[in-house]
Amino acid sequence: MEPDVALATQLARDLDAAFPRLVEAQADRLYTIALRLLGDRRDAEEVAQDALVRAYRAMTGYPPPRIAELRLGPWLASITVNLARNKRRRHDDRNPPLALEPIVEAGFDPPSDGRSRPDTTADRRETKRELAAALLTLPPAVRAAVVLRHVDGLSVAETAEALGRPEGTIKAQVHRGLARLRAQLEARPSAGPPSPELASHAPRRRGPAILEALP
Amino acid sequence: MTTTDLIDRPLEADLRALRTSAPADLGLGALVDVGLADRYAPLATPLGRAFVAWNGRGVSWISAAEPAEFEASFRARVGRPIRAADALPDRLARAIERRLSGDRRARVPLDLRGHTPFEIAVWTKALEIPRGEVRPYAWIAAEIGRPRAVRAVGTALAHNPVPLVVPCHRVVRSDGKLGQYSMGGPDAKRRVLGAEGLDTAALEREASSGIRFIGSDTTHIVCHPTCRDARRVTGRHRVGVGSLEAAAAAGYRPCRHCRPVSVSGRAA
Repeated sequence: MEPDVALATQLARDLDAAFPRLVEAQADRLYTIALRLLGDRRDAEEVAQDALVRAYRAMTGYPPPRIAELRLGPWLASITVNLARNKRRRHDDRNPPLALEPIVEAGFDPPSDGRSRPDTTADRRETKRELAAALLTLPPAVRAAVVLRHVDGLSVAETAEALGRPEGTIKAQVHRGLARLRAQLEARPSAGPPSPELASHAPRRRGPAILEALP
Repeated sequence: MTTTDLIDRPLEADLRALRTSAPADLGLGALVDVGLADRYAPLATPLGRAFVAWNGRGVSWISAAEPAEFEASFRARVGRPIRAADALPDRLARAIERRLSGDRRARVPLDLRGHTPFEIAVWTKALEIPRGEVRPYAWIAAEIGRPRAVRAVGTALAHNPVPLVVPCHRVVRSDGKLGQYSMGGPDAKRRVLGAEGLDTAALEREASSGIRFIGSDTTHIVCHPTCRDARRVTGRHRVGVGSLEAAAAAGYRPCRHCRPVSVSGRAA
């Protein structure tokens, strides 16, 4: 992570001058991590903002050489995951678990990867929604490993560092998580090969379908 | 989406596509929390609508200027990004209102980074002057241990970034005239002090007849004219004095509450 090394150096030199660049570089990423761990946009916004604030406060107490050596990617992910865990615990005290909120991002389309047909935009939005909902059904430890490794894109080593677990554990958890996600998506009532002529027109069952498929 | 789609587009790619953009305000919110940016919102004051800027460290700027000018002067003097907000955070608004209504236990956090220790000493001392009372510039100078720095005290008060909360309007000229006020001149100063229950006309009238201090001929204590002790002295025991030297010669001792200082700037 070349840009992160340069940024850590700048933070070590002048924290207040460089911190806005850290915020700009990391806000989307930390928000994504929090959103995919928690499933609630308001909670995710609070957690991501709080993570940046905690990072700043921590760095004000570090000597510059320690700041320069920070591996910003895993370090900030670790702060975010911990805050999300605390937030979820407080929620679980008040609400029964698995109170899934709809997590459709209105108007947001993933960038085209060039392989999908243009008329599959709605399908891809549907995929995102179902996948995001399925992620939230994973056990928290497995979910965190999958989110950091495959949504955020950290390496196995970085994910292990961020979560404070051995690499072998991370590999096993990611493997298990992906297998469960595949099983869940394939078990959806709406899945299965549609008749070819209806492929892009057939009405689909929306969000709640995935919940009915859960154990 | 179908099962075949899943095979065509690997799950990993779909997970990657779950990346999303943060709400526009998130980054600014973090910067405000750590004090690297500020928000501002309107506040009703005795001088009408003012604007208050704040960040996670405290209130940083108060001015009655309109938003465009408010932002420009904030950026010029403080140098941080600033953005308008609908309202102050509830707790902060309540604390400021309690402060302005005279409750000195109400804690209003202030962000005074970037100012000199001398300025901060002057403003901190001004915070001790009770609502509805005034003290001369020389009093602040004496109290902070810089009795000769009367003019510098005036300059520091003119640069007060948080008028009303730091009550620079309660500091007046040693000759009893109200003097300048950063938030709208002498008339505004008269209005704020009037709203605090001070009879500024009477104060100025006495001052123009040479009275600088008020003594009691029963207790033989001498005070600044607006000291709460001086105001308790009934008419026939009330003695106007031109100088502390004269009061001392007549056997008066200075009040322990308002600690009067002589016009020359030396503590009595």
